[in-house]
Amino acid sequence: MASIGDIPIKVEGEPAAPVAYGNALPVLSQVRHALAQLIQGGEPTQIDLGAMPFGPGDEERLMTLLGSGEVTASVDALGPTRIQETAFSGVWVVEYLNTDGQRVALHLEVDHAPRLLRSQPADLSDALAALDARLSAPDANPAPGD
Amino acid sequence: MVTASPHRPDGRPAPARQATLGESLRRNGVSRRGFLKFCAATASMMALPPSMAPAIAAALESARRPSVIWLSFQECTGCTESLTRSFSPTVENLILDTISLDYHHTLQAAAGDAAEHAREAAMHANAGEYLVVVDGSLPGPGANPGYSTIAGISNYDMLMETVADAAAVIAVGSCAAFGGLPKASPNPSGAVAVQDLVKDKPVINVSGCPPLPMVITGVLAQYLTFGKLPELDQYNRPLAFFGQSIHDRCYRRPFYDKGLFAETFDDEGAKKGWCLYRLGCKGPMTYNACATMKWNGGTSWPVEAGAPCLGCSEPDFWDAGGFYDALSVPPGNSGDMLLAAGAAGVAVGAGVGLLARSQAKGAAKQHQTVTAEELEQKL
Ligand code: SF4
Ligand code: SF4
Repeated sequence: MASIGDIPIKVEGEPAAPVAYGNALPVLSQVRHALAQLIQGGEPTQIDLGAMPFGPGDEERLMTLLGSGEVTASVDALGPTRIQETAFSGVWVVEYLNTDGQRVALHLEVDHAPRLLRSQPADLSDALAALDARLSAPDANPAPGD
Repeated sequence: MVTASPHRPDGRPAPARQATLGESLRRNGVSRRGFLKFCAATASMMALPPSMAPAIAAALESARRPSVIWLSFQECTGCTESLTRSFSPTVENLILDTISLDYHHTLQAAAGDAAEHAREAAMHANAGEYLVVVDGSLPGPGANPGYSTIAGISNYDMLMETVADAAAVIAVGSCAAFGGLPKASPNPSGAVAVQDLVKDKPVINVSGCPPLPMVITGVLAQYLTFGKLPELDQYNRPLAFFGQSIHDRCYRRPFYDKGLFAETFDDEGAKKGWCLYRLGCKGPMTYNACATMKWNGGTSWPVEAGAPCLGCSEPDFWDAGGFYDALSVPPGNSGDMLLAAGAAGVAVGAGVGLLARSQAKGAAKQHQTVTAEELEQKL
């Protein structure tokens, strides 16, 4: 099937200069407030960027303002999730994609580490049980010299 | 968690215990991280803050599939198209996989008697617990039932019979919610909305022509997650999605506030992305989630594409005057004062909304028509 990008489009006339809609800066103030909260009381914040009234270019502007930091991670569960630390420590961009690579949500997380990166508590006990099973299996403890 | 007893009070056997959503997702190989991701995306879909994701996870873990009977009456199938063409397969399809869609005559293979038996079986097995989703309006009790029938049953009879044992009714689309196009003047088929007929069950209106797919699934997800119906506005629409006007969430709003308006569809203002108020934008009187949730998988929405909002989620929008007539310029009336008020901006925003509503009513009475020449002039 042809993708939407294959549809030929001809732009007539001069393209207008990009417009700044001014919706990025207020989000940055919200992030600043959340970071102060994390430092003072240890309380994390998630911001749903999909709920922001962004105009064309607003998201890119916000991402430019946030920059990128040292950590990039990808989680492969129910489609990929891309995680990027911003230039501001403790501020993370989390982009959830579905199995077709389409975005299903875009969040900012202000936390020591994004929620999705941490091991899930219920998985820890499953892991312990799996390790026990591994250790008690006959071929898990080969006799010396084997 | 209350578990179903093997028999109901009336002696009929209770439905077999179904797997919870958590169980069925894990059986399908969805990891706990995957589930957390699903809940984060579901929170966005329900217009809830992302911090609700753990609460959603806990609730969904033990949620069971509600049975849904979907009735389509006088409609164009646009609402079903909107839902089934949605662009987020993992999230919305999972929600849809999670409900038990027992009857939808556009999507099901069966037809005629066989289909009607499926509907009756679902009603019987889930009495008092199933949801009825309706798209389309229907000829009222006083109208000729022949305008719309299914398997020889009039829409009116089918609706009343099906809702009798339902937990709630969700009217999807402006036709089911408010009558929509079939009810537009002169309403030849005597069309009425679902809420005009169903008085003894909760009716939730998910309006829009069509509604945003995320809003349809969001309402279903909310019922599935919390087992209760959402908070509603004066038109019985869920506040989470219809609580704010298009105008209040519009990214072009700063231009409205500064009095910068496009006057034609190709002038300098249009190219610079200025406010579309004078080109007929009904954003100030329209309550819907388009400005943030957007269309086509969050790609864009009408105002972002340079087209004014038509007000499709409001009652009687077909009869509310010309789509390209500015709200503040009623025909035969000098709109100067109101235009000035529009330019003055934010302080009058609410007033403009109210005024627009009364104008829409006036327009409906006059039933203005627009000629191709008039449209040409505007374009
Ligand atoms: S009038 Fe329409 S285009 Fe202008 S700010 Fe309001 S919703 Fe946006
Ligand atoms: S922008 Fe307005 S007319 Fe368009 S879909 Fe949204 S509510 Fe309906």
